[in-house]
Amino acid sequence: MRGMSRIVKTVTNVAFPFIMIYGLYVIAHGHLTPGGGFQGGAIVASGLAMLLVAYGSIWVVGKIKEKHLPVLESVGAIGFIGLAFIGVLLILFYTSYPASFFKNFLIGQDVIPIFNEIGKGLANINTAGVIPLMNFAVGLKVIAGLFAIVLVMAYSTRLKEEK
Amino acid sequence: MSRRNFAAVIFLAIVGVFLVFAALMTHPFGQFNDENNPEMDQYIIDNTQNETGADNGVTAVVFDYRGFDTLGEATVLFTAVAGVILVFRRLKK
Repeated sequence: MRGMSRIVKTVTNVAFPFIMIYGLYVIAHGHLTPGGGFQGGAIVASGLAMLLVAYGSIWVVGKIKEKHLPVLESVGAIGFIGLAFIGVLLILFYTSYPASFFKNFLIGQDVIPIFNEIGKGLANINTAGVIPLMNFAVGLKVIAGLFAIVLVMAYSTRLKEEK
Repeated sequence: MSRRNFAAVIFLAIVGVFLVFAALMTHPFGQFNDENNPEMDQYIIDNTQNETGADNGVTAVVFDYRGFDTLGEATVLFTAVAGVILVFRRLKK
């Protein structure tokens, strides 16, 4: 798909940073305001899809390395499952720990006190223990996954003479 | 009617019966303490902030109480990406 007109490209240049910042805000404040990793990742991926529509898939493929997208998605998945497994593995160090899969191990501990806050309102981002970290992992996974889907579909259905 | 269509019709009838029963046993909308689940909603509303520290109850349920469900959701996304890349890779050359 070739890029669109100069008007569309200008509007995309103006709107793109705001969409990125809004999506990353939804991911980072997932435990405080409505949203989360999936929703914010979908917002960021839709902003990248707008870039893909406006500039064309050939330009976007020339700008990024598309082999890095599955790596990013795997990093998100490994981070998510790893955070879930740390809740189990803590029983090796503290024998009387109530360990389980997806245990929120950053709440109710005294080792790292910065994440040990109980929710105190919408401004405190260091609450909720392990939930923001899982939000970041899932958000990274959704961004890379959805953008890989859109990019592969757009790039492989381009017209023959544009090669 | 062939044997395969017969099996499909029987399976559809079983699924339909279960769907009708599920629709009849649904939690009434906006009603908190009925006899089907007396305590679950109120427990989540009361104890989310103290147990998980999150102000957003929905994220607390998705990532803490029902984290295993989110793991399945992430697996679905991974499968979708793998399938799309597998299908469209042949068109690249």
